[in-house]
Amino acid sequence: MQAFDTHMGLVAPLDRANVDTDQIIPKQFLKSIRRTGFGDNLFDAWRFRDEGDMTKTANEREINRDFVLNEPRYQGASVLVTRTNFGCGSSREHAVWALLEYGFRCIIAPSFADIFSGNSLQNGLLLVTLPDEVVGQLIERAQTVPGFSLTVDLPNQTIAGDGFAAPFDIEPERKRLLAEGLDEIAQTLRYADAIRAFEETHRQRMPWVFAGPD
Amino acid sequence: MRGASGVAGKTLYDKIWDAHAVAERDDGMTLLYIDRHLLHEVTSPQAFEGLELAGRQPWRLDANLATPDHNLPTTNRAAGIGGIEDEIARTQVIALDDNCRRFGIRQFEMTDPRQGIVHVVGPEQGATLPGMTIVCGDSHTSTHGAFAALAQGIGTSDVEHVLATQCLAQRKAGNMRVTATGQLARGVTSKDLILAIIRQIGTAGATGHTIEFGGSAVRALSMEARMTLCNMSIEAGGRAGMVAVDDTTIEYLRGRPFAPSGEMLEQAEAHWRGLVSDPDAEFDRAADLDASSLSPQVSWGTSPELVLGIDEAVPSPEAFDEPARRELCERALAYMDLAPGTPIRDVALDRVFIGSCTNARIEDLRAAADVAKGRRVASSIREALVVPGSGLVKRQAEAEGLDAVFREAGFEWRDAGCSMCLAMNDDRLYPGERCASTSNRNFEGRQGHLGRTHLVSPAMAAAAAVNGRFADVREYL
Repeated sequence: MQAFDTHMGLVAPLDRANVDTDQIIPKQFLKSIRRTGFGDNLFDAWRFRDEGDMTKTANEREINRDFVLNEPRYQGASVLVTRTNFGCGSSREHAVWALLEYGFRCIIAPSFADIFSGNSLQNGLLLVTLPDEVVGQLIERAQTVPGFSLTVDLPNQTIAGDGFAAPFDIEPERKRLLAEGLDEIAQTLRYADAIRAFEETHRQRMPWVFAGPD
Repeated sequence: MRGASGVAGKTLYDKIWDAHAVAERDDGMTLLYIDRHLLHEVTSPQAFEGLELAGRQPWRLDANLATPDHNLPTTNRAAGIGGIEDEIARTQVIALDDNCRRFGIRQFEMTDPRQGIVHVVGPEQGATLPGMTIVCGDSHTSTHGAFAALAQGIGTSDVEHVLATQCLAQRKAGNMRVTATGQLARGVTSKDLILAIIRQIGTAGATGHTIEFGGSAVRALSMEARMTLCNMSIEAGGRAGMVAVDDTTIEYLRGRPFAPSGEMLEQAEAHWRGLVSDPDAEFDRAADLDASSLSPQVSWGTSPELVLGIDEAVPSPEAFDEPARRELCERALAYMDLAPGTPIRDVALDRVFIGSCTNARIEDLRAAADVAKGRRVASSIREALVVPGSGLVKRQAEAEGLDAVFREAGFEWRDAGCSMCLAMNDDRLYPGERCASTSNRNFEGRQGHLGRTHLVSPAMAAAAAVNGRFADVREYL
């Protein structure tokens, strides 16, 4: 996965709470067996007026000009500021793949759903959690200041831009995984001996876990 | 509360976590050993591809059990893969077949009578056991917590991680206790209970926490009803939801194919009996509600916290104090095409869906059939679907004559799968249609582009089907 250091980018506001993963990437796009090809269908039911499917290309679609991400001033945005409980609902990692492929590198919100948060970490999408009122200020700036951009500095845990600056908290283990862009599986396999030893003890203690119908 | 030693007791979640913590990685993440991994066709292909690209093999094959569910058509099952008309969906089901064969993973393929919704199949087979850690690339994995298992939904990267390492790298969540006192009234089910809980605590009410459901109303529930309760823990934001072991749990497991028997069952039972929170265990959060006072519930909006009792009316945005909730209400009213003050009983339906990992087990079908028996689906309803949770549930229902009850009443009797819960197959709502659904999510477009979903229990769905509008099922019993 891509390591995260410092990122500067245009900020887009999505002033809604409880944005669920069904909205981020609707179910009809989950039929793909690939990890790519989801960016064009990010927020599909909001970005387009017609119903999308996997056979339609973006230029065949009827664009919803009223949706914030379709406004010319937010084209190329890579930082999304939104409201509480972002990413709730389905565990589909396709939501994170779609956000990244569309171009977002960082999402700022007062809170995120648990599974979405884990999926983001696995893919190098930085989630920045800030209090409601700070997020409110950021949304207002993104709506009113043309070209409002932020520098997101993971090593120093700050966001700053256009006279605005705020520190953010992140758990050290998450920060490290993001900063180093490590292969999680390789990290875990360094403990293969410990897993094997645990498994042996576990098998003695709970043999029924390992028994099948045969 | 602290015991005499001054150290607080352990919660059920603490006990299962401690029994599966392998090591702490040097980055601070705990490696949690996974006992059971359930797979389906939608969230696994990229994980298998990742394994293959890295030249890795599954760590422990017998931990895995796969079945296709999300994409399958619910008609003409005997036609097998060739019966899936959508080529892209067919490719995904074939990919699961290929991956399971290539890696040696046990799968109940689409024409196997044991195929079904993965969260119905696991418990039915006894592959879900108390004290286990269980994962699946699906948020409703929380269902299995009904067995005092720690069951969590994961994304595709974690599916690959579990396949390769038999572990999940995690930080421990907090402990939350939800207590339902009293007893549910006749006609009021665990679906109504969980909808009322989510209404009370909100869709982020349990974020960062594992819920343990307890109290007299929960203890009185059957295993299938507990599965419904735990299933929707995720709709309250919970990492997992669980119910402690009691006689009901152990009785349910006897004789199931993957469950232990004989001496091993006795050994297991001795261990399982300890899968309860200690009396002096401490919880980080708690919520209580009186189950006796609950009426049948109906969701009215586009979030599972927007719920009403059957005698209530759709709220107006002014009823909410916080601006964010007021805005949520406004958006929901517009999307659902409802006016504030409308009694929920006055809302007319276009379709009815009885199915999903929340409510497609035999007890759910019996409850719906009890209402449907001798009645007719209202002529204003375009379609009323009954989709059993597994091939074995279907077989059992047919042995009991429930299929005939449904058919005679004008319901469609289908083959097992996720179906219109998320409408990845052909079962779906069309723009503007309104549905009484026994599923778990009423998000915008969930059951079809611009479709409108109201979440209810199976008996309430059946009552809505025969009445054409929502009705109090207690008047039909």
